[in-house]
Amino acid sequence: MAEARRTPELPVAAGRVTESAIRIAVVHPELLGTYGDGGNAVILARRLEWRQIASELVEVHPGAPVPDSCDVYCLGGGEDKPQARAAAELSHGQPLARAVEAGAAVLAVCAGFQILGRSFLGADGTPRDGLGLIDAVTDRGRGRRAVGEVVSTPTAALGARGLPTLTGYENHRWVTTLGPGVTPLGQVVSGVGNGAGDRSEGAVSGRVVGTYMHGPVMARNPILADLILESVVGPLDPIEDAEANALRAERLAAVGAGGGARWGPLRRWGRRR
Amino acid sequence: MPEATAGVASRPGRLPLRTRGAARAGSAVSAVSRRIGAGSGGVIGGRVSLAIDPSALERLAVGHRVVLVSGTNGKTTTTRLLSTAVVTTHPVVTNLGGANLPPGLVAALSTAEPGSVAVLEVDEAYLGRVAAAVRPVGVCLLNLSRDQLDRMSEVRMLAARWRQAVGGLTDATVVANADDPLVAWAALAAPTVVWVAAGASWKLDASGCPECEGTIAFDADTWACPTCGLSRPDPQVWLEGSELVTTGGRRVPLQLGLPGRANRANAAMAATAATILGVDEARAAEAMAAVSEVTGRYRVVRVGGRSCRLLLSKNPAGWMEIFDILSPPPAPVVVAINARVADGRDPSWLWDVPFERLAGRRLVVATGERCRDLGVRLRYAEVDHVTVPDLTEAVRAGSDASGGSSEGVVDVVANYTSFQQLRALSSDG
Repeated sequence: MAEARRTPELPVAAGRVTESAIRIAVVHPELLGTYGDGGNAVILARRLEWRQIASELVEVHPGAPVPDSCDVYCLGGGEDKPQARAAAELSHGQPLARAVEAGAAVLAVCAGFQILGRSFLGADGTPRDGLGLIDAVTDRGRGRRAVGEVVSTPTAALGARGLPTLTGYENHRWVTTLGPGVTPLGQVVSGVGNGAGDRSEGAVSGRVVGTYMHGPVMARNPILADLILESVVGPLDPIEDAEANALRAERLAAVGAGGGARWGPLRRWGRRR
Repeated sequence: MPEATAGVASRPGRLPLRTRGAARAGSAVSAVSRRIGAGSGGVIGGRVSLAIDPSALERLAVGHRVVLVSGTNGKTTTTRLLSTAVVTTHPVVTNLGGANLPPGLVAALSTAEPGSVAVLEVDEAYLGRVAAAVRPVGVCLLNLSRDQLDRMSEVRMLAARWRQAVGGLTDATVVANADDPLVAWAALAAPTVVWVAAGASWKLDASGCPECEGTIAFDADTWACPTCGLSRPDPQVWLEGSELVTTGGRRVPLQLGLPGRANRANAAMAATAATILGVDEARAAEAMAAVSEVTGRYRVVRVGGRSCRLLLSKNPAGWMEIFDILSPPPAPVVVAINARVADGRDPSWLWDVPFERLAGRRLVVATGERCRDLGVRLRYAEVDHVTVPDLTEAVRAGSDASGGSSEGVVDVVANYTSFQQLRALSSDG
């Protein structure tokens, strides 16, 4: 993957040619669903429905074949052993890689993000092969577990398309180092993110998005949800997001990264100690 | 029953001087804390005791038969039910306030009459340390599921710690929920186990086998891992409707003052644990029937001049039980969510709760410090709702939506710290 050409981030798909429902796969909710990340798929489906675009949630359970025919794949966070199990199943025949090749999008969070990389750490702390969809390596870090609010400035290409400051909650061990073929999803303003010392958070590589943000990330960042959907269905009309915007404002203020920066510097200092 | 909260007149008996001093100093600090209105004072007193004598817990437990109750959900209720059952035959000391970390346990034990039985709720992450210190005669293992993941980290790690904790308890009887694979796997390491089929409404955390990397298959009442063969132990106690049934052929009716399936399960665990202390199940059941609220849970109170029933639910597994207890639709519901340290800082778990099941109610009121997270969740669940940050105003909004009748009691479901705030705002109704 390292030699892959840099693909544009979340390119907008040409208009849809079929009226068939957009299929959103929830991959291994039993293994990769520890932190409420199942909400991401629900949010994507609703945002399509609210625009009169039919969608279908496809739960993919461990042990069952992973379809390569879905339009969006959602992977969430999970514990070490279940993560390794999911990676092993998803590497059989590389269904995700084939789907992405055919134009599908992937949203992977935390443990799901790690297994999309070239390698990650197994429960025993030894490296395991990832799916290679993102040029990234997850390895042991020096610091403690990264737990807390995380805020990032989105990568310029997505910022230019209206993606505002990203907000989420991170809870992970290990450090993810991005290779040259992949763009960070954002630059950390507050929190840890990938933890590799470059202040990067997450990754975006064509239609594949990885992030450490829970919350879930689609709930707190509805525009990112729409950019992912547009990469599959083409341009979408905006929808009203007053409640999500209120939540975003509150969360950004809470870490001093938004309007209410009063205690921000103090809080950041407190965290650094 | 003696509601031993904290640090009154300690009777340390023949404890070492240091422990006696530690217990007395803790009690004194507790008394001051109570007098200045800072709370029941137990925790701060316990902290003082532990600072003076780090092995205070171990020493204070000497001479008492101790039963520990732990699990993600139902700890406080089960502890209350068990205490109520046991107090029919023995003096009991317990940490009823939910102070379930070592300082709270020290505070409770500092108040113990010599020879009394200690029924102690223990935080699931501390079970190992506490069990090693107090050498219990019984341990009640209720359930394990995702909760406060920012503090607890992985559920599977907790199960592994439990397994280690009970493995060395040669003198204890472990009462364990056979229906929860994580609990069962942990308890299988214990020398003596009584298995209770206490049910598990939330299975998502248990589907990855704790023993191997296989996937647990759930089938009606049972479960097994097809990869390694780990399977549900045969229960010796189970529920048939509201009857407790044992392999010995006993059938004991459970007429509880507490609602819901989860509380029948808690009662089954408590009644079984009571037998370790020589209290017969029927006698236990009779005593437990009198419990109709537990530190404010299920209690009808007045908040902002309106009647409401306070319900506690702090994680997805807890919510699975709450849906069955709620007044049926179209009754409105108020849901209060905070995300302080004791709640878990990350309310992402709201997305694991099938709030879609609240559709069809006249109104759902999202409140608490994290009401906006809940509001967004309810929007995507397509549940009619309003977001009202202030708790009192939220109760009024819910009450108004219940049809304007002043007799109406609106259900308020709160997570841990928002529940405490509501209790503080409430008066008896």
